[in-house]
Amino acid sequence: MQFKLVQTLSVAAVVAAAFSSPAAFASEKIIKIDGSSTVYPVTEAVAEEFQKATKTKVTVGISGTGGGFKKFCRGETDISGASRPILQKEIDECKANGVQFIELPVAFDAITVVINKKNSFAKKMTVAELKKLWEPAAQGKVKTWKQVNPAWPDSPVALFGPGADSGTFDYFTEAIVGKSKSSRGDFTASEDDNVLVRGVAGNEGGLGYFGYAYYEENKDTLDAVAVIEKEGKPAVLPSKQTIEDGTYQPLARPIFIYVNATSGAFKPHVKAFVDFYLEKGRPLIEEVKYVPLPENDQKAVIAHWKALKPGTGFGGHAEIGVKIQDLLSRIK
Amino acid sequence: MNTEASTLKDLDAVRSMIKRHKLNDYIFGAVGLSFIMLILLTLLVLFIDLIIDGYPKLMSWDFFTSFPSRRAASAGLLSALVGSALVMIITFVSAVPMGVAAAIYLEEYAKKNWLSEVIEVNVTNLAAVPSIIYGLLALGLFVYILDFGTSILTAGLTLGLLILPVVIVATREAIRGIPVAIREAAYAVGATKWQVVSQHVVRYATGGILTGVIIGMARAIGETAPVITIGALTFIAFLPPSPVTTSAPFLNFDWLWSGFTVLPIQMFSWLSRPGADFHVNAAAAGAVIIVVTLLMNGIAIRMRYNIRKKIKWQ
Repeated sequence: MQFKLVQTLSVAAVVAAAFSSPAAFASEKIIKIDGSSTVYPVTEAVAEEFQKATKTKVTVGISGTGGGFKKFCRGETDISGASRPILQKEIDECKANGVQFIELPVAFDAITVVINKKNSFAKKMTVAELKKLWEPAAQGKVKTWKQVNPAWPDSPVALFGPGADSGTFDYFTEAIVGKSKSSRGDFTASEDDNVLVRGVAGNEGGLGYFGYAYYEENKDTLDAVAVIEKEGKPAVLPSKQTIEDGTYQPLARPIFIYVNATSGAFKPHVKAFVDFYLEKGRPLIEEVKYVPLPENDQKAVIAHWKALKPGTGFGGHAEIGVKIQDLLSRIK
Repeated sequence: MNTEASTLKDLDAVRSMIKRHKLNDYIFGAVGLSFIMLILLTLLVLFIDLIIDGYPKLMSWDFFTSFPSRRAASAGLLSALVGSALVMIITFVSAVPMGVAAAIYLEEYAKKNWLSEVIEVNVTNLAAVPSIIYGLLALGLFVYILDFGTSILTAGLTLGLLILPVVIVATREAIRGIPVAIREAAYAVGATKWQVVSQHVVRYATGGILTGVIIGMARAIGETAPVITIGALTFIAFLPPSPVTTSAPFLNFDWLWSGFTVLPIQMFSWLSRPGADFHVNAAAAGAVIIVVTLLMNGIAIRMRYNIRKKIKWQ
């Protein structure tokens, strides 16, 4: 009987010990990162190298840009990856929880419009043509290539794009249709870009859009469309050079990390990580098929980070084609 | 003469009827067999396809001892394997005792009234609730209200909740299968209710209970949606603190609070990468998940067999 009592007590003690201190783990030096799946490959590469170099533990999750901001604004993560600027309601939420953030553009991505290899007529498209194809009014009506451009054949179009939760979808609709999230609904949507790749590759009339890295890896099965921003401007294919010099418009977009200002200022390991990201990140960004910022912009971002200036340069809404240095100078 | 002929005729009729029924038996057997072959074949083709695609990775030991990486060639499953194993421990510890106890109560102790009926209907319905709902519940309850964070503990408890109804339903079925004579015999020699339940009913039902537990665990190990909802990680290149330590008290529970990733999440994240080389990793991870599930089922079948052999109905 006595023995049983001792046993019971010890089990109780162990259980109590186990449940007593959630803070024990949190106090350890861990950098918690979450957010966009578009920024993930870059952050993962930096995290991997940083952890090797400094033995500081880093974790990265993929909750999407919006999901990442939810956690970030509750103060649960140190850094959040975002493929679009922070929105007003997210700024409000951060403010309500006393979370200040530092907005740092880290690289460029180019949303790439792709077509089937057999498609020989739509190698160049104007933004107006893309709009004709993707705007909500096209739903159920624009079904053939001829309807987009009379010079093209009367064959069916099959559209592929990311789902409505994606930052790529937000940016593309903003840049092409003119209003974020405003798109026709009758296209094949998938959060998995490889599904889009297979869809366009397997469909002669296929057209889709996704991040540049997916096009880079699938160049042999897909063709990119050269985009003409306005009448009279040249058709530009996405490439490292055209993204960097700003001629691939309007679909080149900066991707961001948002750093919790308190973490950035007072946690040395978080500060070291962001330093590493901005100073040693370039080759890693290229390795995962994104485009680093131009040298000058990079310097400006580093200066911005060193000054720990909180706030956003966007004012809570998306904006197309804004220059990095203009953006940074808006934050006082 | 006449009667003899009609008897013969009847006999023929009976024979042809037997023949017809045997044919029916045969046809049903063939249909049943072809269905089961179809299912097995599909699984086999999928499995073999995964193995062929993932072969280069499955053959390298590094795959099982490396952390996730941006390079497909050096990316491995270690943190996912350890994460899945630790999460499964919590799931087992939280769901099985509770599920079995609940089933015993419902089967043996609960009075048959409207309340127990409501509970019964609910338990059965819970088994069919989509797993993402459990993820949302866990996000609100474990992560935000109880402040367990996005930890192994949270994930284990979430999956525990998810399989609880499965365990309860299976345990009840197993208990119902115990012959009434066994209970009556035990009561006849003066056993109390608890003695009857613990020494006879549950003991003989262990085989069936185990089956339910394993089906539940096999479901839990393949779940992605609820674990992503509560915030499982994708890149984590370190292991949780070890549960066993070298100094007293030799047990350490810090791992409960650690971040984690699990096998299906690693597979999913590799599958959505742009590079084809990552798809090899995904296939290999898929094969590993299937092997782990098969192993768990195999162990369960073996244990059930051993337990059934030990029971002597005399």
